[in-house]
Order: sequence, then structure tokens, then C-alpha cells
Amino acid sequence: MTGSAAIDGTPIFSHLDLTLTPDSWTCLLGASGVGKSTVLRLFAGLADGVTFDGVLCAPGRVAMLAQRDFLMPWLSVLDNVILGARLRGEHPDRTLARDRLAQVGLADHVDKLPLSLSGGQRQRVALARTLMEDCAVVLLDEPFSALDALTRAQMQELTAELLRGRTVLLVTHDPNEAARLGQTILIMTPSGLVEVTAPSTPIPRDIHATDVLRAQTDLFDHLRRPI
Amino acid sequence: MTGWRAGIAATCLVLVLWQTVIWTTGVARFILPPPALVAQTIWENRALLAEHAVITMAEVLIGLALGAALGFVSAIALVASPTARALVRPILVFSQAVPVFALAPILTLWLGFGLWSKITMALIIIYFPVTSSFFDALMRTNHDWVGLAKVMGANPARIMWYIRVPAALPGFASGLRLAAVYAPIGAIIGEWVGASKGLGYLMLLANGRAKTDLMFAALIVLAVLTILLHAAVNKLCEKTLDCAE
Repeated sequence: MTGSAAIDGTPIFSHLDLTLTPDSWTCLLGASGVGKSTVLRLFAGLADGVTFDGVLCAPGRVAMLAQRDFLMPWLSVLDNVILGARLRGEHPDRTLARDRLAQVGLADHVDKLPLSLSGGQRQRVALARTLMEDCAVVLLDEPFSALDALTRAQMQELTAELLRGRTVLLVTHDPNEAARLGQTILIMTPSGLVEVTAPSTPIPRDIHATDVLRAQTDLFDHLRRPI
Repeated sequence: MTGWRAGIAATCLVLVLWQTVIWTTGVARFILPPPALVAQTIWENRALLAEHAVITMAEVLIGLALGAALGFVSAIALVASPTARALVRPILVFSQAVPVFALAPILTLWLGFGLWSKITMALIIIYFPVTSSFFDALMRTNHDWVGLAKVMGANPARIMWYIRVPAALPGFASGLRLAAVYAPIGAIIGEWVGASKGLGYLMLLANGRAKTDLMFAALIVLAVLTILLHAAVNKLCEKTLDCAE
């Protein structure tokens, strides 16, 4: 993606040059209102009302996991996971959906309604739904920020494991998350992208690893630096 | 069951007030019959009342089913097509400005004295609340759900059927609950204008012959049936349509 975006004539970002590295995790950090979500919405093809001027190499169909799970409250956990196939008019593969739910540790909750699950469980259903979409490109919009610290760490590990080998764009506020999961870490500022060197170890990285802690401190410094 | 208890208490209160008015004013029984006499009339005329009630309820139920189906389809059509919305919504609002009483004679002229003029009356009276509440609910679909469906590659028709309609069913249910109360009014208006059967016809007949007790009896049967219909629709909605809440 190269270009500028505006909503109702108000510039959101300009001369942004963002390329996702294939089959790896790119983390996008930045202050609120800098346009991270707009970038994500442009990739997802959801940017109604956004004027984009530039070149956008559309990634085809993408899968998306957001901060809120957006599970349909009237559908069972299983039906939520196969919703994508239903919506495309394809024959839903229930066996695969059950496997996906087992992968996220929810094999016993297949027939429940989302309301009866905890926040962490619901987000895992959303993850299973994202996996079910089986897209090469996955967009993550602060998917763990509403979870408690322990659940968040578990979800980060589970997601990194299950989305291995896919091209992932993770938008996050959390330097620790970026340090654990980013193979490329970018900070979005009004004047463009700043790349911060990411640890070279494979993801998900251990919370206590020295390179993770160092990268996290680095990111904090960058984020706090006056623009 | 506090609801039932409150209902019984309210009924008793009305009966006590009713009887008190008769005792204190000494009003003639052909103007205001006492509750006991009305109860006796209901019992003595149970076959007659049942015969007419069946007709009225048939009109109400068919009108309710048709009005609900028509409202369901038109709300979806209005949401799906901005052109239809621009054209039809003013007409809908205008139609509510026309008093339904004024339509009843015309409907009788067009559709005859049989069931269909009453069914149409009930349908017209419930069409607006059903359409309007379902339409509003459809227009309020969570944008994020629609966004998710778009990312998943859904076309507008599937987004409508799998996301917007199920999400709006509680709105449809509240329209139906209103409709269950309004539909009997439509049928009765239809019967007043021209009929040979039904509780509305029986009321006019009894009134014309100064049989006020029979008129009250018909009125009470109608009220009880309406309450039962509302309760049944309410139960049905709770079981089937309120799951999106």
C-alpha cells in the first residue's frame, strides 16, 4: 500500500508506504488517531467514506479478527464458525469446524450460544472462525486488548501457533505484544512509518526473553518520543 | 406468577368499581348492567357467543398471519431498495393519516359482507406497526456484523438473510405483539360496518335491541380473547424470535 487517505477531506495519513512481508507477522503500532485502523479497513475493503489516493495492492479475500468477537448471538458456537461458508453460499464443512474448535480448546462448547461463554472463550471462537476462513492474509485489529493479562498471553501464543505461515498484519497498542509477535515491527506516525528492529527469534516469543524485553523498551522509547 | 396475580387483582378492582357505581347511582340495568347479570348472560348465551367468537377470531388470525407476512416482506424490500424506501415510506405514513373507519365501508363495498372485508381491515390496521418496527430494527443492524460479513465475501442478499433479518427479529416480535392487540379492533370495525356474523355484529345487534347485558357479554368475550391472543403471541415471540437479544 502506497498513498494517502482522507475521510471527508480530513487527511488521515499521507505518503504511507506499507508492504506486508509474505508468510510473516507485521506489527503496526502508533498513537490513537494516526490511522492504523484505516489502513486495516483499506486492506479489508471496508473503508466506506475513506478517500484513498495511491496504489493499494489488494490481498484478495482476507480474514479478520477484531478487538470484539462479533459473534452472532443467535447462532451456536459451531454455526458461528461456519458462518463464512454460509455467507458465501458454500457447503459448510462441519467436521473441519469441529476440528478448529478443538484446536482452540473449545471442543466441549460446540453447541452452546456465545452468551454462555466467557470473553476469552468467545475470542477463541472468533479465532476458530478466522482459521475456518483459511485466507492467506489475516488482519488482526487489537484482537487481545479486551482480555485480561493471563488470557491475553495464552491467546497470543495460540494465535501465533495457529496462524503460522500466513501473512498477518497485527494492529496493536501494546509494545509487549509487538515484541512477542512481530517479525516486522512498524510504528505509524503522521510523517510515515518507522521500522523498529524486531527480535529474530521465532514467534510466539517468551515473555521473559531478554530480546523481547529489550524490543519492548525500544518500542516504548519510540512511542514516547515527541513527534 | 406475579403477572397472573396482578391481572386477577386488576380484574377484581374493576368489578368492585363497576358494582359500586351501580349501587351508588342506582343506574338502570339497560344502561349499565351489573357484573353478575353479565356473567349470567355470558353463561346462558355461551353457544351464541362461541359461534360469533369463532368467526371474529378466524378473521383476526388470518388477518394477523397475512399482515405479519406482508409486513415482514415489505420491511425487507424497503431496507433493500432505497428507491422503494423513497417512494413507499411517504405513502405508508399518509396511509396512517386516513382513519380506518373511513375505509371500512369501502372495503365492504369492494370485498362484500363476508370474511374478507374484515380480514383486510385487520390486515390494514396491523400492517403499519409490523412493517415499521421490523424496518427500524433492520436499519439498526450492527455495522460491525455487516462489515464482518462483507470481509467474508457475502453478497447483499446473503447479508440480509443471514445477518440483518435474524438480528432484527426482536423488532419484528415487538411489532407482532402490537399487532395481536390491534388486529381484533380491525375485525370489529369491519363487522360494525356490514356483517351477519361475528362479535362486532352481535354487539350492534344487542345494542339495537337494548340488550345491554349481551353487548357487555360480547365485549368481555372479545377482551378476554384479545388478552389470550396477546399472551400467546408473546409466548411464541419469546420462544422463537427474541434469541438475538
